Amino acid sequence: MNVKVLFFAGLREALGTGSESLALPSDVGTVGALRNHLAARGAPWSALATTKNLRSAVNQQMVGPDAPIKAGDEVAFFPPVTGG
Amino acid sequence: MSISVQEADFDAGAEIAALSAGRDDVGAVASFVGLVRADKAAAGVDAGATAAVRAMTLEHYPGMTEKALEAIVTEARERWDIYGVRVIHRVGKLLPGDRIVFVAVASAHRGEAFAACEFIMDYLKTRAPFWKKEETPQGGRWVDARESDDQSAGRWKA
Repeated sequence: MNVKVLFFAGLREALGTGSESLALPSDVGTVGALRNHLAARGAPWSALATTKNLRSAVNQQMVGPDAPIKAGDEVAFFPPVTGG
Repeated sequence: MSISVQEADFDAGAEIAALSAGRDDVGAVASFVGLVRADKAAAGVDAGATAAVRAMTLEHYPGMTEKALEAIVTEARERWDIYGVRVIHRVGKLLPGDRIVFVAVASAHRGEAFAACEFIMDYLKTRAPFWKKEETPQGGRWVDARESDDQSAGRWKA
């Protein structure tokens, strides 16, 4: 299945990209599994594993690592927010 | 429109006036303005030195930002009897002293206006996808999230 993945702030800089569309293997069905899948590419993608308190969203709603992913979803990873 | 994410500055007085314009049931408008601080200690510069943070760039997640702010305002409306809300958050490059965020709440009485205004700010700090990057003499630096912000948001849990 195909999904769009977005990265923000320090994570975006560490990865050198803000977005990517990719086809996922069938065993990657949750946000946490997607994080591990990407981090397994090695540097600089290991930043996904090492970023402290990494947050995630599916279709622009904040979710935890157990949240399911389906085809066409927009998944985002980012550090804790610091607005205001 | 009660929520704006914009590069442009805002006029807090005009925004406050607009919340009660044309109505006679508003007894209280509580507001908050957040400013960019030249934070010397955080940048590792002693207090006598010149301003440490030279500028700040606000990044956000277009689309999710607006949704997250709308969800926060909706929750505030469910918790308190409020008549009007205005939230403005600036993005892009800002300088020390610049206004960065504005929240105002209109209600019949001050208690609800104060509480809802503080609630919206506390939730904005922990749930709205904005990130600050500071420019300091030592280079660019992403601001770390503060645990005290999580604690402030946590005290509103039902």
